[in-house]
Amino acid sequence: MKTPEHKELANAIVRFAGDSGDGIQLTGSMFTQDSAILGNDISTLPDFPAEIRAPVGTKAGVSSFQLNFSAGEIHTPGDRPHTLVALNPAALAVHLPDLEWGGILIVDDDSFSPSALEKAGYGGTDPREDGTLRGYQLYRVPITSLTLEALRPLGLSKKQASLCKNMFTLGLVEWMYDRSAGTVLAQIDRLSDRKKRQPGMREKYEEQARANKLALQAGYNYADTVEIFVSRYTVGKAKLRRGTYRRITGNEATALGCLAAATFSERPLFCASYPITPASDILHELSRLRHFGVRTVQAEDEIAAIGMAIGAAYGGSLGMTSTSGPGVALKSEAIGLAVMTELPVVIINVQRGGPSTGLPTKTEQSDLLQAMFGRNGECPVVVLAAKSPADCFATAVEAFRLAIRYMTPVFMLTDGYLANGSEPWRIPEADESPAFDPPRTISSDDFQPYARDPVTLARAWVVPGTPGMEHTVGGLEKQDVRGTVSYESGNHERMVKLRIQKIRGVVKDIPPLVVSGPAQGELLVLGWGSTYGAIYHAVRNVQKQGKPVAAAHLKHLNPFPENLGEILRNYRQVLIPELNAGQLRLLVRAEYLVNAVGLNKVTGQPFRTDEIEARIALMLGGDGDKAADAEACDASEGRGAAI
Amino acid sequence: MTQATKYGKDDFAADGEVRWCPGCGDYSILAQVQRVMPEICEQLQLQRENIVFISGIGCSSRFPYYMKTFGFHTIHGRAPAIATGLQLTRPDLQVWVVTGDGDGLSIGTNHIVHCLRRNINVRILLFNNRIYGLTKGQFSPTSEKGKLTKSSPMGSIEHPINPVSFAIASEATFVARAIATDTANLRQILLRAARHRGSAFVEILQNCNVFNDGAFDSFAASAVRSERCIFLGHGQPLTFGAKGDRAISLRAGHPEIVNVADHPETRLLRFKEDSAHPGVAYMLSQLDEQDFPVPMGVFRCVEKELYGEALDDQVERAVSRRGKGDYHQHIRSGETWEVYS
Repeated sequence: MKTPEHKELANAIVRFAGDSGDGIQLTGSMFTQDSAILGNDISTLPDFPAEIRAPVGTKAGVSSFQLNFSAGEIHTPGDRPHTLVALNPAALAVHLPDLEWGGILIVDDDSFSPSALEKAGYGGTDPREDGTLRGYQLYRVPITSLTLEALRPLGLSKKQASLCKNMFTLGLVEWMYDRSAGTVLAQIDRLSDRKKRQPGMREKYEEQARANKLALQAGYNYADTVEIFVSRYTVGKAKLRRGTYRRITGNEATALGCLAAATFSERPLFCASYPITPASDILHELSRLRHFGVRTVQAEDEIAAIGMAIGAAYGGSLGMTSTSGPGVALKSEAIGLAVMTELPVVIINVQRGGPSTGLPTKTEQSDLLQAMFGRNGECPVVVLAAKSPADCFATAVEAFRLAIRYMTPVFMLTDGYLANGSEPWRIPEADESPAFDPPRTISSDDFQPYARDPVTLARAWVVPGTPGMEHTVGGLEKQDVRGTVSYESGNHERMVKLRIQKIRGVVKDIPPLVVSGPAQGELLVLGWGSTYGAIYHAVRNVQKQGKPVAAAHLKHLNPFPENLGEILRNYRQVLIPELNAGQLRLLVRAEYLVNAVGLNKVTGQPFRTDEIEARIALMLGGDGDKAADAEACDASEGRGAAI
Repeated sequence: MTQATKYGKDDFAADGEVRWCPGCGDYSILAQVQRVMPEICEQLQLQRENIVFISGIGCSSRFPYYMKTFGFHTIHGRAPAIATGLQLTRPDLQVWVVTGDGDGLSIGTNHIVHCLRRNINVRILLFNNRIYGLTKGQFSPTSEKGKLTKSSPMGSIEHPINPVSFAIASEATFVARAIATDTANLRQILLRAARHRGSAFVEILQNCNVFNDGAFDSFAASAVRSERCIFLGHGQPLTFGAKGDRAISLRAGHPEIVNVADHPETRLLRFKEDSAHPGVAYMLSQLDEQDFPVPMGVFRCVEKELYGEALDDQVERAVSRRGKGDYHQHIRSGETWEVYS
């Protein structure tokens, strides 16, 4: 055997895939952590079934984790993996179509039993033998049997020992990407140290850690000594902005953003939520922050959760609730109450595939119009969206800042892709802390509950316990200024307009939209939320070819930045890629009368860069008609487009 | 603590006009609450601005508008949830929920169950008139079977829910029943509910003279009250009647009416509101009002940990174990790395 050659890569995309009980998410997560600490820029895409344990060995039960790690700046988990690890035939069947041509394919050779092949839909043939895998660098490693052999000295049951095959696999991949096994071994220790603290669990987790470390080392040594791999790859350190970094998921960043808001507004944080995928981790994270005085309640239902958040806000705390689309549907009436009573609550919607229960673990951006309009009456709220996992931090801070300043409910939209995906987060320094308005001082002389601040139009946040200012608020229409109940028609119209004006006025407080690329010309690609990374890379790739395309990305969706209309009119064509059937496009067309074109995808998966690039090329290559045709084509393919 | 202000009844009456129908039973409840508030404030050293009335939707839920305290008229059925959020973040406040049989036992049943079992420190006044008033006269979850209304022209086919049984089954730590027009007893029960630590649930039988007039006359009218009601007394036998000559007793686990004269007092069942087991209280709540007198007063009053105190205790324990949270240190915890460039 010859010594493997060393190759330097700008970035690498690795996807681990296996059964949902194979520990794929943990494997991917550990490899990611290692990459981050080694100084790569990273972006991840976990993808798993809604069932906790879907039927073993079936395509429905496949779980995967993709990591893009890079020596340059990246914003997406990458389109097509360079390396695919498939721990069973079903994982191979599901993920092979995505593997880059000529890419590396590692399979667990032990897993290709006739029944497993049958379950994967390979009835009668074996893809390893029938030419299906021609064109890829196939490595057939008997992962299960090598893991069992390596763990024999520990005397574990076969079932227990085979659970460690993910660590053996991680050892192989660590070697292939030219790392030492040491940092991952240290991670295993740290994980087990945490778990060992649970009473009575010490022995169990010590044994598990021993087995995992042995399997990892065995995989690493196997790759090193057997020398099956032709090449070994290195990905250099990324040039990131100076600072201290940690790896963070969208849900973690959201929770920390809420903590930051509480810390710097000097108000207690109260979160009531009902468990729902993919938002539950926000509740979990906040529930660990009791030592900050953070109070969390697992409410009896979604309505109770928003009700409690409103009650907390009424009492002067930062009230919030985290949920997903079906939960927002239930909370609608209560959000209307918060609009009427002008109380600051933050509603975090981690969007998932809909309608109804839909696709709980898959990502989608289809709740924008729900956030905008999903309530009875004229019921405006502020709507924000985060663009990346780390950006969830700043977005949560912004949500509370605007909620308090304008005394209004604020929607923060993230999605399953941001919630579970991760990237490096540059931890803000002390001097970068957010600033919040100090509480307004209100005199009890001639106190009027609905008197408004002349600049923001916000009413004062006068909480129970304030002497001399006892008053009642409620969902019935309010008399302007006095805040008593009023059924008077002219007053109602005035109040509807005031509530609209107040939210429109938020525009004074949000930064203008920034365009990257030419300030005017042929094509603007406009996005919002989690599509940022894919749009960024697609537009940059096309710009590198010297073509006239610009990009802009919205964080503030209600109100829109003041200069959006002007920007839109500076381009002959506008493309809006969204993971829905065209919701931002509907708003932009309605608001600015601009003939924006959509690129719409609702497969439960984020955009690939090449999908957006192809549409840009089409729009730049000829006339807009072709893009319109393509849009119609999307619709006919059932991918959803023109509304 | 600063010296509590001396209040009078008028200090709790809001300036605006009260808009219930003339003759509505809600007026007497409002008057009683306004009248008892000064005493509650004195006993508990409370300031008026620290009292909050929270309601849902329905006739009863207009209540906060008529009180000169802080008030929140929320949405249908959700007042206990909003009260929970407020009470958990502001334990310094005394929070009252005002609800009705539709608001509390139909659309909002779920929240009352969880409020009671969590033992949130709020007082829930459920005005029961056995009808939907604000929507103009449909049957409610407490309406009797066969009730003829606009939405049940052939008679309601639903079995009614019993508010007191429901509250006991929900593990409420204080459960009582009162008649809106029985001012002396209502006052005592409001006082006790105010003093209770934990969820206090009070069913107040209240006449809707427009859509369900005389709903409780067969036992609650003052002329028949002493014959047709039992007023529960802690540690007392379950006697009733103008002369107290009859009593409820148990035979083989079933309730029966006995003549006190035939039973030496020592052998009569004595009622205990703080019994470890809610069985007798539940049995009393289930007495058929056709055949038995209707129990009034406090069915249950027991001590249980407050949810809010347990939550605050976790905060305290977390602080003492991990130290008060330091934001800058926290966001830097876990595995971090430095980039120098």
